[in-house]
Amino acid sequence: MQVESLPLLVAPKSPFVPKAPVRTVDTFFYDNKIVRDFGIATVIWGIIGMLVGVLAAFQLARPEVNMGTAYTTFGRIRPLHTNAVIFAFVGNGIFTGVYYSLQRLCKARMFSDALSKLHFWGWQLIIVSAVATLPLGITTSKEYAELEWPIDIAITLVWVVFGWNMFGTIARRRERHLYVGIWFYIATFLTVAVLHIVNSMEVPVSLFKSYSAYAGVQDALVQWWYGHNAVAFFLTTPYLGLMYYFLPKAAERPVYSYRLSIIHFWSLIFIYIWAGPHHLLYTALPDWAQSLGVAFSVMLIAPSWGGMINGLLTLRGAWDKVREEPVLKFFVVAITAYGMATFEGPMLSLKNVNAIAHFTDWIVAHVHVGALGWNGFLTFGMLYWLWPRLYRTPLFSKKLATTHFWLGTLGILFYAIPMYWAGFTQGLMWKQFNAEGMLQYPNFLETVMQIVPMYYLRGIGGVLYLSGVFLMMFNLYRTAKAGTLLANEKAQAPALLPAAEDPHATGGHWHRWLERRPLQLSIGATVAILIGGAIEMIPTFLVKSNVPTIPSVKPYTALELQGRDLYIKEGCSNCHTQMVRPFRSETERYGEYSKAGEFVYDRPFLWGSKRTGPDLHRVGQKYPHSWHYNHMLDPTSMSPGSIMPSYPWLLEQDIDYSTLPAKIRVLQQLNTPYPAGFDQQAVADARRQAAGIVAELKKEEIEVLPDKEIVALIAYLQRLGTDIKVKPEQVTAAAQ
Amino acid sequence: MDKNVLRSIAGIELYPLISLAIFFFFFLGLLLYVVLVNRQHIHAMSQLPLLPDPDETFPHPFNQDVLC
Repeated sequence: MQVESLPLLVAPKSPFVPKAPVRTVDTFFYDNKIVRDFGIATVIWGIIGMLVGVLAAFQLARPEVNMGTAYTTFGRIRPLHTNAVIFAFVGNGIFTGVYYSLQRLCKARMFSDALSKLHFWGWQLIIVSAVATLPLGITTSKEYAELEWPIDIAITLVWVVFGWNMFGTIARRRERHLYVGIWFYIATFLTVAVLHIVNSMEVPVSLFKSYSAYAGVQDALVQWWYGHNAVAFFLTTPYLGLMYYFLPKAAERPVYSYRLSIIHFWSLIFIYIWAGPHHLLYTALPDWAQSLGVAFSVMLIAPSWGGMINGLLTLRGAWDKVREEPVLKFFVVAITAYGMATFEGPMLSLKNVNAIAHFTDWIVAHVHVGALGWNGFLTFGMLYWLWPRLYRTPLFSKKLATTHFWLGTLGILFYAIPMYWAGFTQGLMWKQFNAEGMLQYPNFLETVMQIVPMYYLRGIGGVLYLSGVFLMMFNLYRTAKAGTLLANEKAQAPALLPAAEDPHATGGHWHRWLERRPLQLSIGATVAILIGGAIEMIPTFLVKSNVPTIPSVKPYTALELQGRDLYIKEGCSNCHTQMVRPFRSETERYGEYSKAGEFVYDRPFLWGSKRTGPDLHRVGQKYPHSWHYNHMLDPTSMSPGSIMPSYPWLLEQDIDYSTLPAKIRVLQQLNTPYPAGFDQQAVADARRQAAGIVAELKKEEIEVLPDKEIVALIAYLQRLGTDIKVKPEQVTAAAQ
Repeated sequence: MDKNVLRSIAGIELYPLISLAIFFFFFLGLLLYVVLVNRQHIHAMSQLPLLPDPDETFPHPFNQDVLC
């Protein structure tokens, strides 16, 4: 960092500053290159993430769009889409905005250029490793946390680099008080660190395989505490920080109410962290945890709307500019989308609404209003505002940016409206009974075929939205070409006086004290976010009666375990749930509702969050082996009109037994009651069970070798949900 | 909620009261703060993102003390 000393300045007399000490004025340089680099990465990864999204969307209408390979099939690329959009597109968008605004709000260059570069390249490397592993089926299956343990460690390290750089910059600031945007950045850093570490607790089996440290209900609670707060602290709080900086910049007026922003910050971070269990309503999670999740979700509407109103009212008196300025157009739609999504979220968390909406496309619509509207549009507006300033030249074409705005807006509508339609339709069809008290639509497929046209429309919406992003890429490229990057931007600011000499370093109410102390502010934010997580999780972990055990529930056999890992590898849980909720419409369709005690050996839990296909928790023993064999080879042969892709590779690929003994040992460490020495017998045991399945298939004139993956998958599917069907006398006999 | 689970935790009746008290007094303090806070301070804070761009300020270096 280059700092030149200029002549001393004496501040003019002011009624609020009784003593104005002498302050030197430093000249220094903002690092714009790192902002530009993160900006380019945002655009490139945005396009890749959305392209994968479009590919996945059309597969739901026509499964053959998967191009016939395992690597491009829905179950494997859906996590690639979500990871690319959340961590690559939005992640790089966060860093673009943070690296630009933090320097200016602190009046200091980033703490270290080397850390900035390490952060940039480290983050891109993590994304590349996600692109390389997820299509190969290397996944933990936990939503938005699918990456395997070596990448989890890399994420932790790179996140520490980001924090180091951010807090280093804050420590060197030339502005005593921290602007509210920086509080949001600090809360983001701390909470994402806590969430990532707690949810990624896993025991490695090999370089590419691990088992969750938590099982069943506890795993579900931790996962959705993480999943919900990934939305809160990766997609929301950093973007609110960006809103509080870039919106006043673009509107050329201060935020409507700085007082409201203070309330907004504390209430949002305190309340958000509790809301995770609303993802698990009517599941086997204890009732008290579900109720806590609902109560806090409803409360969440207040701070969310406080922030939204604060954003929109910032434009008071500037609406004429919205007509002219595409940046403001993007911001207005982004904040409106935020308002809609944060109104809808609390509504969806009400149990009566959730009963219809959960597991349907309604939830998909809800998240996409947030992702496409709030995150996407705020990012686009920010990039259009930044590029001319970084390259010291006007934007290449405002008209093109306005076209992008309309294409994007149409894209959101074409995406969201069909998905809402599909969600209502399917949610109601699942629950419809006829006059005789029987399910009106007993065949799940009927409810799917009804909404396939909506899947086409949704894909078209995605294409419209993506085409706008291509326009932006061209526009930004031409802007950059017309100008020159101002890599190091000269700036001046008076040096911060030592606290003892600075009249601004003392006085004011207690919160003002907090605003100039990043460490204490961080501790306060951490306490606020830890309270909710701790109160929900600790009792679920410590109090045994929260997960009543069922004596007949036994660990998976070696072959079933292999089959379960294939279910994870192929991403089956992206379309199939394993959670029969206690509704008559579900017990009629699937069988007995799911109990907490049935999942005690499930590492990870596989409850899923979306039913594109039917629930599978009670599928065990429902069909013969041959049905599953034929269904995996060609789903339409068993279910005409099915939109499930074929899995011919399962019939060709051999089961990988090389890691089976290690898997058994890891599960034993995690208290799964396999007999001592079972790790050495596991392969033989699996082969014995496989031979039985092959013999049964042979009776139905299906020839298959026992080492093929399909055999293990059939073993697992046939076991699903069958343990509680064992009669108590059988359990007693087995125990004796 | 399982009453037996709750009964097994010593001094359980204090926990919700402590939580409620923390929540209530923190936000009461926060509300009082935003009502009572110095107007000039709030004004100066909300102006932070709007300080002129550095290259514009270069010939006329600003002094933030004026703003506070």
